[in-house]
Amino acid sequence: MTAITDTPDAPRAARRPQMGNPVLRWLRTNLFSSIPNGILSVVLLAILAKGIFSFVQWGIANAVWLTPANDSSACRAVRGFGACWAIIPEKYRFILFGTYPFDEQWRPALSVVLFIALFYLSSRRAFWRRELVYLWIGVLVLISVLMWGGLFGLSFVSQDRWGGLPVTLILATFGLAFGFPLGILVALGRRSKLPAIRSLSVLYVELIRGVPLVSLLFMASVMFPLFMPSGFNIDKLLRAQIAIILFAGAYLAEVIRGGLQAVPRGQYEAADALGLSYWSKHRLIVLPQAIRHVIPPLVNTFIAFFKDTSLVLIIGIFDLLTTAKTAIIDPAWQQFSVEVYIFVAAIYFVFCFAMSRYSRSLEATSGR
Amino acid sequence: MTSDGPRPPPRRRFFGAFGRRELKGLFWQVLVVGIAVGVIAFLWSNTVTNLSARRITTGFAFLGREAGMPIADSLLAYNPRDTYLWAFVVGIANTLRVAVIGIVLATILGTLIGISRLSANWLLSRLAAVYVETLRDIPLLLQLLFWYVLMQALPAARAAFRPLEGVFLSNRGLILPAIPIGVPQLWVLGTAALGCAAFYVIRRWLIAQQMRDGKPRSAWPVALGLIVVLPAAVSVLLGVPWAIEWPALRGFNFVGGLTLAPEYFALLIALVTYTSAFIAEIVRSGIQSVPRGQWDAANALGLRRSFMLRQIILPQALRVIVPPMTSQYLNLTKNSSLAVAIGYQDVVSVANTTLNQTGQAIEAIALIMAVFLTISLGISFFMNWYNSRIALVER
Repeated sequence: MTAITDTPDAPRAARRPQMGNPVLRWLRTNLFSSIPNGILSVVLLAILAKGIFSFVQWGIANAVWLTPANDSSACRAVRGFGACWAIIPEKYRFILFGTYPFDEQWRPALSVVLFIALFYLSSRRAFWRRELVYLWIGVLVLISVLMWGGLFGLSFVSQDRWGGLPVTLILATFGLAFGFPLGILVALGRRSKLPAIRSLSVLYVELIRGVPLVSLLFMASVMFPLFMPSGFNIDKLLRAQIAIILFAGAYLAEVIRGGLQAVPRGQYEAADALGLSYWSKHRLIVLPQAIRHVIPPLVNTFIAFFKDTSLVLIIGIFDLLTTAKTAIIDPAWQQFSVEVYIFVAAIYFVFCFAMSRYSRSLEATSGR
Repeated sequence: MTSDGPRPPPRRRFFGAFGRRELKGLFWQVLVVGIAVGVIAFLWSNTVTNLSARRITTGFAFLGREAGMPIADSLLAYNPRDTYLWAFVVGIANTLRVAVIGIVLATILGTLIGISRLSANWLLSRLAAVYVETLRDIPLLLQLLFWYVLMQALPAARAAFRPLEGVFLSNRGLILPAIPIGVPQLWVLGTAALGCAAFYVIRRWLIAQQMRDGKPRSAWPVALGLIVVLPAAVSVLLGVPWAIEWPALRGFNFVGGLTLAPEYFALLIALVTYTSAFIAEIVRSGIQSVPRGQWDAANALGLRRSFMLRQIILPQALRVIVPPMTSQYLNLTKNSSLAVAIGYQDVVSVANTTLNQTGQAIEAIALIMAVFLTISLGISFFMNWYNSRIALVER
């Protein structure tokens, strides 16, 4: 076991000479503070250098960056010792937007920008007001119009042609937008004094949380048509979206319940003393405080959904991961799946990393 | 929310006339339950109509029929002529195989990385942080596909990597040397298990003694005797053979040894690395939650480092660590269902094939849910028991 920073090490540190080159001093305190630590540092440096060296060799030095359209011969020549980044310029339109009509792809691109703008504005403390709800409704309607079309001279594009990043963002964002109110209702239900409502909420939450999302998605894709009256058909994407909303609702309910428990009793009593009804009490007094308490875990839950939307691959919906997997079915490019996966992983990483940084900064400033 | 001027008189509500909270509560409950029952009845009647229109008979009778699906990699003996019921049992065994081993490995790896993040060595702690951030922010399914592609890109059996003597890594998976376990070996292992149980009882007694008179008693000679010497003696007395079976290349494949198929190996790596990133964060925050004063106090008492960690820091850290760890174990088990994406035949995969072959969608999905709910309840039950054992005893 390596030394843990928390161990008080002060006397020894104080004895150490505090002179000389600051770089050397830094190296001594952080990498070579003791003999075992020094050996560990050397071993780690060697492994790291070797890893970086082979990655640079594969990913940069021997890599092929561009090839003539639909010609992978240059890539096949370096296969095994060089990366084929040329597959990205070749396939990026399909990976990002799926089979959306090529000339109309500015519409999903604009939707992605709108999504990102919406997330950015929602993350600013100055925007945490009631108007944010209207902003969300407005932007989501706008995105629906952009994607579907059929209005304002935009041609109609049916859902089965949607694909790629917009689908991932739609599944995650609409999942949150509808799952959130559902989660609030269920969380309130779980804390309700009425036994029937409480047990229904508990049943819902535990049932959904106890099973894998895959089985809910199977249910949505296979069982949902059985549930509906004959002749009534819902699109596959919408069915998956419903499954994700139900899934999100259960997890968000548990997070919100945590927030409700953190609101002091006195707040409830004060609201009761004012003669507020159940709904006004929660809407005006309890929920605003409860939700503020749980914003960091809410962001974490949202990161989890964002990643979990990739599971729709299993029921054949064209989200970002599915388009990536489909892009490499092309026989000419089949062998270069690692490069495509790295590209898609980078997109997911940017979104999730931004959110997790944000959640951490909130945690650091909460309580102020 | 305050407004000047006289407040309007309280609105008379629908049930205001009764003035009874109970009645209002009853109304809401009847309404909600009524809606729930109504929706379920509606869906149920649709389902029954649809099923009869498609001539699908409901019920679990199909479980007795011949499955006819191949299961390449299974813990239990299976061939396609077996029944669907047996195919499900094999699938459950495969799920448990990956979940149990995955939980053990993820705990070990996660703990090591969590401790590394707190290391005084700058490089080690930065590397651990990069590991955690990268793995946490990429979807598990993507990682799984990535590992699976890497497995398939490995050389063929003839050109397999041989990192150690008797270990082969090729596109056939990972082949390890194995020790065949038969009835005589089970006797020895059984003795060792009994020894563990006996040691547990004796250790409790020793601790009780120490509580009474304050004298520390070392337990390790007892442990050595019961867990190592006793089974070894049994092994020698019965003359149990412990031959190691070395795998060897014959033609295009390997013979002997223990084979981890590429699907299983990819799933295991993906689950272990992904979950270990979350476990590392839990372990780190658990250790950091122990107040500095506890470290200082232990140092001031002049305790040895290992004793201090074991007796003072760890018991307090575990209280913070165990509850979130439970949900990570549950997540790993549920995530093992992603096996369906790469064709490892766990219970979800088997159910999916069954569903496609027989059309028994409701039954197949009900079976998946029943299996996972049982496993989830089992893990929660065990972890709750463990948590209550290590919880703070207020005196």
